[in-house]
Amino acid sequence: MKIANSRSVVSASLFIALLLTIIPLPLGVDAYRPDWLLLCLVYWTIALPHRVNVGVAFTVGLILDLLLGSTLGVRALAMSIVVYLAASNFTRLRNFSVWQQAMVIGLLAAVSKLVVFWAEYLVNVVHMPENYFHSIITSVVVWPWVFLLLRKLRRQWKVT
Amino acid sequence: MKPIFGPGPSLQLRLLLAVVVSICLILTDANVGAFAKVRLYLHSAVSPLQYLANMPRQMMDSMSDQVMTRSQLQQQVAALRQRELLSRAEQLTMESLTKENERLRALLGSPLRRDNRKMVAEIMAVDSDPFSHQVVIDKGSLDGVYEGQPVINDLGVVGQVHSVGSTTSRVLLISDASHGVPVRVLRNDIRAIAHGSGELNRLDIPHLPRSTDIQEGDLLVTSGLGGRFPEGYPVATITFYEYQEGKPYADVQAQPVVALERLRYLLLVWPESSRQ
Repeated sequence: MKIANSRSVVSASLFIALLLTIIPLPLGVDAYRPDWLLLCLVYWTIALPHRVNVGVAFTVGLILDLLLGSTLGVRALAMSIVVYLAASNFTRLRNFSVWQQAMVIGLLAAVSKLVVFWAEYLVNVVHMPENYFHSIITSVVVWPWVFLLLRKLRRQWKVT
Repeated sequence: MKPIFGPGPSLQLRLLLAVVVSICLILTDANVGAFAKVRLYLHSAVSPLQYLANMPRQMMDSMSDQVMTRSQLQQQVAALRQRELLSRAEQLTMESLTKENERLRALLGSPLRRDNRKMVAEIMAVDSDPFSHQVVIDKGSLDGVYEGQPVINDLGVVGQVHSVGSTTSRVLLISDASHGVPVRVLRNDIRAIAHGSGELNRLDIPHLPRSTDIQEGDLLVTSGLGGRFPEGYPVATITFYEYQEGKPYADVQAQPVVALERLRYLLLVWPESSRQ
């Protein structure tokens, strides 16, 4: 019962993060869309590393690849690497203050963006948009709120 | 105290597995053509999510339809009636011109041009990869959409179908960096290829010698070469022409006639020759 409950909470939050990632925004704002999926995945990795780690990240990244129509596997690769980094340091990350965590999130978001670009660059003709890295800033700014919200959810539903 | 990672492979092993699998996926997806079949099924599997993401905008649309006032509607109807009258009047002469054109083509021995089957598709409000210019439309293989199908709208060429799902498909826009469309200059029939530049409002026309008679403002239409796009649809207008001494080719840029950043309704075209 309890396991089913926690699974559904985690997957519901990941589902909403996916939706937020593909919901259209005006062209000017679009570059500043926070990396919702990464924030959500990293939170669950830090909080429940025995439940959410590389496997989940790979699956969700693959779904995002399909939804965005990019080369299959690009975001799966990026998400797996980022979540591996978070999962192998989860004890340290848990003890950081929220703002320190936000800085780490910025680094992780940069890593994921770089991996995505490199992977695409290897197989396709791509140009890097000028504002490609701007969304890292919004990811950093949004992290504390995502963190607080998900923590509240986790405590309320007793997700373990 | 719970074991941290429980049973199963260690974290490093999992990462290794994920990396290997995703690199294999990237390589097969990029290089193996037969993978498109697999993509169709996967694409169909996630299309409910796309419909879900599209819902807020659909609700907004229907709401704004609901709150339109009577006088606004009346104005719209009047404007549409006028437009219909005008286009009907144009069609009167159109008919005789078509006949005449057909006769002349028959005299010249060139193949007759037939009307193509068209279908209206609506763009779904779904975001795409930042590296490529794609849009998602609400028609798929169930409607007969096929890969490589030309897509236009009321102004000109938009792009071609890139991958098909059962109820949605992706359209690659002509401005994508990997897209090229064979064109000719309407004024003097010079042939060229318009490549996407990766920017929505610019196409590049490479490999034109400097002696080419081309000038700013020229309209480029599809040439029909390559057999993918039917002949004669407008593609872009030349906005920039420059030749620098010492360079082998002139630097030519064009702007798509379609405003690619604000698309809404598209037309899928089934060319006569490649009906499937």
